[in-house]
Amino acid sequence: MEKNITCIVCPVGCRLTVKKNEDKTYTVTGNTCKRGEKYGVEEMTAPKRMVTSTVKIKDGALRLVPVKTSDSIPKELIFELMELLDDVEIEAPVMVGDIIVENVLGTGINIVASRDMCKVS
Amino acid sequence: MKYDVVVVGGGPAGLGAAVEAKKHGANKVLIIERDRELGGILNQCIHNGFGLHEFKEELTGPEYANRFIKMVEENDIDYMLNTMVLSIEDKKIIALGEKGLIDIEAIAIVLAMGCRERTRGAIDLAGYRPAGVYTAGAAQRFMNMEGYMVGKKVVIYGSGDIGLIMARRMTLEGAKVEAVVEVNPHSSGLTRNIVQCLDDFDIPLLLQHGITYVHGKDRVTGVTISKLDSNRNPIEGTDREIECDTVLLSVGLIPENELSSDTGVELHNTTKGPVVNNKMQTNVDGVFACGNVVHVHDLVDFVTKESRIAGRNAALYVLNKIENNETVETEAGDGIGYIVPQQIDTKLGEEVNLFMRVRNIYSNRKLVVRDGDEIILQKKRPHMIPSEMENLKLSAELIKNLKGNISVCVEEA
Repeated sequence: MEKNITCIVCPVGCRLTVKKNEDKTYTVTGNTCKRGEKYGVEEMTAPKRMVTSTVKIKDGALRLVPVKTSDSIPKELIFELMELLDDVEIEAPVMVGDIIVENVLGTGINIVASRDMCKVS
Repeated sequence: MKYDVVVVGGGPAGLGAAVEAKKHGANKVLIIERDRELGGILNQCIHNGFGLHEFKEELTGPEYANRFIKMVEENDIDYMLNTMVLSIEDKKIIALGEKGLIDIEAIAIVLAMGCRERTRGAIDLAGYRPAGVYTAGAAQRFMNMEGYMVGKKVVIYGSGDIGLIMARRMTLEGAKVEAVVEVNPHSSGLTRNIVQCLDDFDIPLLLQHGITYVHGKDRVTGVTISKLDSNRNPIEGTDREIECDTVLLSVGLIPENELSSDTGVELHNTTKGPVVNNKMQTNVDGVFACGNVVHVHDLVDFVTKESRIAGRNAALYVLNKIENNETVETEAGDGIGYIVPQQIDTKLGEEVNLFMRVRNIYSNRKLVVRDGDEIILQKKRPHMIPSEMENLKLSAELIKNLKGNISVCVEEA
């Protein structure tokens, strides 16, 4: 079995061909870096995505602060994660990299702030 | 107020240029920003994918901005917020800030005002003018910074990157994106964004389709879309209505150059940005430019690269170390839309990165650089599309030996 996919690891967007071998391993061609090979196999076996969103913030310069997953999470958990983030509200100040939710949905991955926001009274 | 280098705009281009100017010997550097904070549009681009070239890791827009804002602070660079430059004449800048009009004298100026979105008026969208039609970037700011959801049933017109990113963002926040409608036979966004923003969520991309009418008087109630022929005219009998409450426009960006042209900076017909040489110097003495104000980039990393050249040369200008030698022109040949820089100083002794966009989708072709009739460089390209900027490096050695103007063409491999 062979599948053509576009690598989304970086903006180059290599066109990968992923082939499933008889011994159930995968061969990736068309990638121009190691990360592309990893992505190709992962996309066929357990697709993952980085998720970026926002959470509410009290007393911040803005009403929202941007957050991201510290690593990519299983694709099927994306909407569950979004629902969870709906109810999160933090208080300013916050610094980039601060952990907002630890071990989200038991994935071992944290939700971290992706900017600084000072307190505005 | 007197400064060595004044940078107009505090987005990625302005921040990069200011830091680099300071590092290369400009003592007093000032950034003037009209928004309430530094960082520019990066602050609303909360998605990831920034910084792979620059930092070798994948950052979100605010994280990328954050790193440069820290460098600005570490390097003791002054900045004014909520301040807009009104005019530049003979290195005298008049700006409007919180305390009124300010006069600033500069030795060198870097223009880094970025670009703005094309709006509904630019594409003559038929219909009344109901609420619910936004540019994708405006919607992005509303959703990611101000905390407003802009709609529930959405049609996106144009497949530019911001539109694609917003298709995913709105889907994640609970909206239904009915379709992305694109007049061209190819998407105008990066392929990776088609994959992770549309395919991941089963959002249809309708190529060679146009919105022929926006329905609704008070609020958008739907749009009529049609298939287009090769002249972009609607094909009769192919129209259908899609019910929606929101239309997002992602139909291109235009460099913001009112200030530049008032200052006497020569603009290029295709890029709509200043004509620059490999020092990012404009035709006005001491005025440099970089970033999306020069041409619209698809990666911020390349903006940063370009801003460093502008910042460094602005500093050299201040130190009286810049020489103006003979320049040759770069010409966009067959298959090429434009090339930046438009002029090359052959005596500079540095390698030059030529940035360009192709006019069409090409497979298995090569980019050929000629000095007159002589081929001086050719590079194979398996795949080229207009939305992804091409980049050719000309070595210092190659530049030194140029005899005349150079041209770049797309040719059969």
